[in-house]
Amino acid sequence: MQGQLDRTFAALADPTRRAIVARLAHGEASVLELAAPFAMSQPAVSKHLKVLEAAGLISRRPDAQRRLCRLAPEGLKAVSDWADSYRRFWEESFSRLDDYLDELQRDHPQPQGEPP
Amino acid sequence: MSTQTLELDIPPDSPTILIRRFVKAPPELVFTAMTEPRHLRRWWGPRNLELVVCEVDLRVGGGYRFVHRAPDGSEFGFHGSYRELDPPRRVVQTFVYEGAPDHPAVETMELQPVEGGTLLVATSVHDSVASRDAHVASGMEAGMRETYERLDELLAGLAPAAGA
Repeated sequence: MQGQLDRTFAALADPTRRAIVARLAHGEASVLELAAPFAMSQPAVSKHLKVLEAAGLISRRPDAQRRLCRLAPEGLKAVSDWADSYRRFWEESFSRLDDYLDELQRDHPQPQGEPP
Repeated sequence: MSTQTLELDIPPDSPTILIRRFVKAPPELVFTAMTEPRHLRRWWGPRNLELVVCEVDLRVGGGYRFVHRAPDGSEFGFHGSYRELDPPRRVVQTFVYEGAPDHPAVETMELQPVEGGTLLVATSVHDSVASRDAHVASGMEAGMRETYERLDELLAGLAPAAGA
């Protein structure tokens, strides 16, 4: 699980690959279509696609003479869980802070924040 | 602005993290709770992480160091130094996660007085999107541990009934 996540994040550490993922969020695309916005060759884009595929972020399927790329929902879920867990870290800290501030204000009541 | 929902913004194209959170206490008290070890020990971090080191030298040029310990004994340390202090409104500090010491971030925390309490706005700026992502991932690790632990508790709670 951790190894897979490492691959996922390594894959997303590259701006071109993030741009490809963003493009695929709008739907399937061929290598040629994906290469269009970038100043790079089709083989260079194919290399990025291989990394994304190994990271579980995209899948590819043959369609007539070309191969279509699409986002792989499981890989993206790992990414969204990642931000969710970070959010939980802070939500839990702040919820503890809320409780603690309540306790402090109960024990030592003071006038509510007159702006200095 | 009275909900206590956490707003978290992790933009894909800029190496920053923005957190906004309303807290129901005046800025003076929030500032104290966020900067004094005796208070920080009571709330800083998820419940399952023990804060084993909490050192603060609250002056410009001074620093802080925190170490969290997870139930399995692994530790996560971070430290930094204070660049600006304007109690109870603003703190600018560096942040170094000791697991990735070559990628310090700069954090700015602002406490804005609002009706009924304080709006806390924290921005951290990392040296690249990749190291920002690594930082978020380090929080993820703690969050995942917490999730597993909750699962353990749930399973422990179910066990007697299942065995009966």
